[in-house]
Amino acid sequence: MRDVNNLNKLRKIIGRHKRWDLLFMITGIIALMIAILTFIALFSQMLIDGMPRLSWDFFTSFPSRRPEAAGILSAWVGTTLVMLVTAVSAVPLGIGAGVYLEEYAPKNLFTEIIEINVTNLAGVPSIIYGLLALGLFVYQLGFGQSILAAGLALALLILPVVIVATREAIRAIPIAIREGAYALGATKWQTVSDHLLPYSSAGILTGIIIGLARAIGETAPIITIGALTFIAFLPPPPITEEFPYISFEWLTAPFTVMPIQMFNWVSRPEEAFQLNAAAAGLVLVVMTLTMNGLAIYLRYRMRKNIKW
Amino acid sequence: MQNSEESNEYKSAVKNLSFYYGTFNALKNIDMVLHDKKITALIGPSGCGKSTFLRCFNRMHDLYPGNRYEGDIILYPDNVNILQPKVDPIEVRMRISMVFQKPNPFPKSIYENVAYGLRVRGIKQRAILDEKIEDALRNAALWDEVKDRLNDLAFNLSGGQQQRLCIARALATDPEILLFDEPTSALDPIATASIEELIADLKDKVTILIVTHNMQQAARVSDYTAYMYLGELIEFDETDTIFIKPKNKQTEDYITGRFG
Repeated sequence: MRDVNNLNKLRKIIGRHKRWDLLFMITGIIALMIAILTFIALFSQMLIDGMPRLSWDFFTSFPSRRPEAAGILSAWVGTTLVMLVTAVSAVPLGIGAGVYLEEYAPKNLFTEIIEINVTNLAGVPSIIYGLLALGLFVYQLGFGQSILAAGLALALLILPVVIVATREAIRAIPIAIREGAYALGATKWQTVSDHLLPYSSAGILTGIIIGLARAIGETAPIITIGALTFIAFLPPPPITEEFPYISFEWLTAPFTVMPIQMFNWVSRPEEAFQLNAAAAGLVLVVMTLTMNGLAIYLRYRMRKNIKW
Repeated sequence: MQNSEESNEYKSAVKNLSFYYGTFNALKNIDMVLHDKKITALIGPSGCGKSTFLRCFNRMHDLYPGNRYEGDIILYPDNVNILQPKVDPIEVRMRISMVFQKPNPFPKSIYENVAYGLRVRGIKQRAILDEKIEDALRNAALWDEVKDRLNDLAFNLSGGQQQRLCIARALATDPEILLFDEPTSALDPIATASIEELIADLKDKVTILIVTHNMQQAARVSDYTAYMYLGELIEFDETDTIFIKPKNKQTEDYITGRFG
């Protein structure tokens, strides 16, 4: 039996320990608030400045010397086309590399070095990718300061994200499912294409979207390869009137993208251009948040349908 | 042991089989036979190598690096040693099916689960698939429960139903041997009883090798029983003999519960 004195002592000790709980909780909340409030302050400032500028004309006008007539047409078209090139090149390469590393590659020193490198590539500053693209795509391969060069530069940038997402999605599939497929006489490729890829597709798609959401806001590599800051025409359309009806001329066209248009406006002295920059920023943030929201939704769908 | 001339009653013969995980010697010089259209049970304490042994029969160990077989597993009537490197493990797995410890249906429909083995074998005609899938589901005693919802996701079935689905999946391809790796260890007693009944019914159609940690299960369903300990085959005989008058003291200790 414990006497009452002892019990009181115990309660005192517990009380002292709990003070640390409280202290840590308060510190945590403060830290969280600083982060959230900063974002809210930035976003609401942008909202207040930019909202009045958002109109149909803003999306359908080229940049102009008169701030009230300027728009983001060339910027959002450029961003869309660059993202298209990025997705088309990064997705098959990333998934292919991820599947190979996870399912095919023998486990030896060489593949281990590759694996470490892939993970580290995700942390390389984006301007380095810009320099690489400038040397390789713009000059060496002669793509010029084009949509193609920019799309490929951003593809390199998000490749590690896609590879890592692919590997993690595949690794989340239980070994029992793999063995079940092999035990029925499936080859490695049948196991990958009939089972592993379909079951991990939501996870891979999430990774792709997160990668693209990162790429869409990238400025440094695009500036490095020499995107124009003021551009008042659109790339040639991909669909033409005469045979063969499809044209890839737009790939080699000069271009601008949303963050660069913003950067251009921010650096102008006139107050009115600052409002344009805020409006363009708003569009960019909404684009990114929409993509991230889609990724979260897909992850939720995946967890609902497939429970291992 | 036996000559291959009298191999009619045997489906398979294991000769001097050893197996290594890297440098670890998991199976040591095993000699055994599988009687055709009979049920053979592998019993023994955890870690004795019974699952390792079972997985030699469909070359499952080939999926992972560093594993090595020594000795022969001869398949009759064609006398092929399925452990030879020149024998394609995929061909072996097409002849010998397996049911796993935990039900592992694919996250596809009930129909597609059973169809997969057939699709891998290149069968595309809907009529043939339909027929074989119905046969397999009937043989796995699942048809009546699922015939109206073949397109439902297999995950929506109960654990016992999922395991019978996996048995149907393994049966659909007319295997020569069916391997069971502790098929009821993840199931409740009622589902276990129905699976055991099913296994007993299947022996007219296929040779069965079953690993079980449950001695009563071995006694109930099997015709032959092998007792393994630390990677060695201690005793192999008819199930009645093993359970009533085992020749080996170790087997007797394990059976009577004095050990293990």
